[in-house]
Amino acid sequence: MITLQHMMTLSGILFALSVAGIFLNRKNVILLLMCIELMLLAVNFSFVSFSRFLGDLDGQVFVFFVLTVAAAESAIGLAILVVLFRERRSINVEDLDTMKG
Amino acid sequence: MFVDLLFYGFSTILLAAALGVIISRNPVYSALCLVLAFFTSAALWLLIEAEFLAIVLVLVYVGAVMVLFLFVVMMLDINVEEVKRGFTRYAWLGWVVSLIVIGQMITVFYAKDFGIDATIGPVRNPVDHSNTRELGEVLYTQYVYPFELAAVLLLVAIVAAIALTMRRRPGLKPQDVAKQVAVRREDRVRLVKDVTREGGEGPR
Repeated sequence: MITLQHMMTLSGILFALSVAGIFLNRKNVILLLMCIELMLLAVNFSFVSFSRFLGDLDGQVFVFFVLTVAAAESAIGLAILVVLFRERRSINVEDLDTMKG
Repeated sequence: MFVDLLFYGFSTILLAAALGVIISRNPVYSALCLVLAFFTSAALWLLIEAEFLAIVLVLVYVGAVMVLFLFVVMMLDINVEEVKRGFTRYAWLGWVVSLIVIGQMITVFYAKDFGIDATIGPVRNPVDHSNTRELGEVLYTQYVYPFELAAVLLLVAIVAAIALTMRRRPGLKPQDVAKQVAVRREDRVRLVKDVTREGGEGPR
């Protein structure tokens, strides 16, 4: 029988893996975007499981909106990435130091 | 039980695919592993009877977002070896942080006082129960304004993505309708006196 603990453990491990991925691939912007998508997937997992196991549909509606925002985010992120590559011929994060932040 | 077997099988594939995303050397393999992760999580969402979101996950993520990712990975000619230099410098920090996150989640959700018994547990829905209909009824009544805001957000994203990536090439000769409409007769037509007809002395 699948319980809430099972789903939340899976979601936690998925989130932890994507956090580790952000530390591991600090240079490649595309992989950073993919790790963010993986994080959003883990968060959606917990939303869906809580919605299911509490019998409340609002969690699933929220997942719907998260999916919308994530699609918009990745479209704009990839557009910025394309412009960046055209300017710099590189997607290394360490080359992006124009603002000296 | 069969459902347990399915859950553990799909969970194993999901975690393996996530691991593949973060440790793969080639961005194309990472993107393909991410596609596998989305598929298996859609299967897991079907298993806990969130059918509409499972289908939407496959359609939106695998069908649109991941195709976009693959397009961009193939459009940009990335030097993989150069990007991968310094790969393991912060790896230990990443693993420490992720172990802390996992430990916290497990501590919270397996604690006795968290009140996790308040959840209703996996009650099976009846056969004619429609998750899509249920979700649609909430989405178009209670959440209708957020829904329209989400639509506007997608429109803004389209406009922003197009405006960012459009470039003006120097050799291009586009049509300028405003200039075409504003043109007057004097700009285009010049009347020249016919010297050959009147004097008869010019070269024919």
